[in-house]
Amino acid sequence: MIIPLLKGLGLTLNRFFSKPITTQYPEEKIPPAKRWRGIQYFEKDERGKTKCVACGLCMVVCPSQCIYIETAEDEEGRRYPLTYELDATRCIFCGFCEEACPVKAIFMGQGYEWVETQRKPLLMTTEKLLEEKKFNP
Amino acid sequence: MQLLYLLIEIVVKCVVVFAGLMIVVAYLTWLERKVLGHIQVRFGPNRCGPFGLLQPFSDAIKAFFKEDLVPGRADKAVFVLAPTMSMIAAISIFAVIPFGDQFTVPGTNWVVKLRVADVDIGLLYVFGVASLGEFGIILGGWSSGNKYGLTGSLRAAAQMISYEVALGIAVVGVLILSQSLRLTEIVRLQGGGIWNWNIWYQPVAFILLLICGLAEINRTPFDMPEAEAELACGFNIEYSSMKFALFFMAEYAHMVTVAAIAVTLFMGGWQPIIPQLSFIPGIIWFCAKLFLFLFFFIWERGTMPRLRYDQIMKFGWKILIPLALINLLVTGFVVSLKG
Repeated sequence: MIIPLLKGLGLTLNRFFSKPITTQYPEEKIPPAKRWRGIQYFEKDERGKTKCVACGLCMVVCPSQCIYIETAEDEEGRRYPLTYELDATRCIFCGFCEEACPVKAIFMGQGYEWVETQRKPLLMTTEKLLEEKKFNP
Repeated sequence: MQLLYLLIEIVVKCVVVFAGLMIVVAYLTWLERKVLGHIQVRFGPNRCGPFGLLQPFSDAIKAFFKEDLVPGRADKAVFVLAPTMSMIAAISIFAVIPFGDQFTVPGTNWVVKLRVADVDIGLLYVFGVASLGEFGIILGGWSSGNKYGLTGSLRAAAQMISYEVALGIAVVGVLILSQSLRLTEIVRLQGGGIWNWNIWYQPVAFILLLICGLAEINRTPFDMPEAEAELACGFNIEYSSMKFALFFMAEYAHMVTVAAIAVTLFMGGWQPIIPQLSFIPGIIWFCAKLFLFLFFFIWERGTMPRLRYDQIMKFGWKILIPLALINLLVTGFVVSLKG
């Protein structure tokens, strides 16, 4: 009964002198996995605008109902979203919108660090979603 | 005139010992968190200042700003008094511990001995005051008006008085060897190098002091009274802010006290390892040995599991007390044979 206690003490002393395995967060970050479901972004087409055709599939499939779409037709007769609002405070980052999209317009990105002091910037519009592509090569 | 100088000397010594003790207690919390962290292969606090050295200040400021709550059903006077009793008992023991030899104030012929008080019943005083410290825990749990606090404090009381018996009997071995209760005498008789230290003559008493000391200060593996996971924090469950900080500091101060007693009784107090090294002041040796014990206490907190309450009682009464009695008998026998 004494010997196991002494062996335990030896083990902890060994651990005391070993290098800690913590990653010191803001200075060292662990890169997320390739399929990490982070902040969403829109893909751009050759005109620089969103590929989204406002079909509404992502709005219907979203479990938290955080997407709101209003459709419109532009001059060339193409369908596009007049309003596309994704409420990041409701989003649960499940990735269903990416899976549901038929035209590969919306993707889950790599970002996970987003802190704001007000709710308004967290309501992502089309512009914000297009901008978000910058952080996702 | 002499009386005035004496008074000044006593006041300065008290202030220095008290301040030193407070700093040691504050940085002991830092040391504990760092050492436990590294044992668990993680860093301890390392954000507040380099290596987290300003963490105790941050803790103090947090404790100061928390809401100080007195529960409705609590007995208010006793509730406020309990942590102070714990703290006073833990600190008062330092009045008799010798930190070093003596030095002469330069420029005069005034000799300053490095202890606050040199009573000739030093050891008895230590154990008397240590027993008073238990009142703080018992009253704290009882006056909270909370059944979990009460259970915690009753367990603490039973544990402490059981282990005090073994502790007292074990220390009588040292008493037989040094034939004096005066702590300065006990330290003086261990002079002359590491082979004269009591640890070689009373190894069983030393182990018993360590084990029973841990039980006295409610430290793992005997920390059932304040078991953070099981008893929802035990006797100090209703305490917050400064009163909790006082209980917390009293626990660490008590830890330093037990380490200081162990150093004084068994490791030669402020005596150097070999007499050739006596140019290094005694207080440095005392602090180095104290640090060794404190590191050991923290190390075994990170290693050993907590004993269940009935296991604690069984261990104290059925194993440690017989061991202490046997130690006493053998010591007495050997000493009387040597004449």
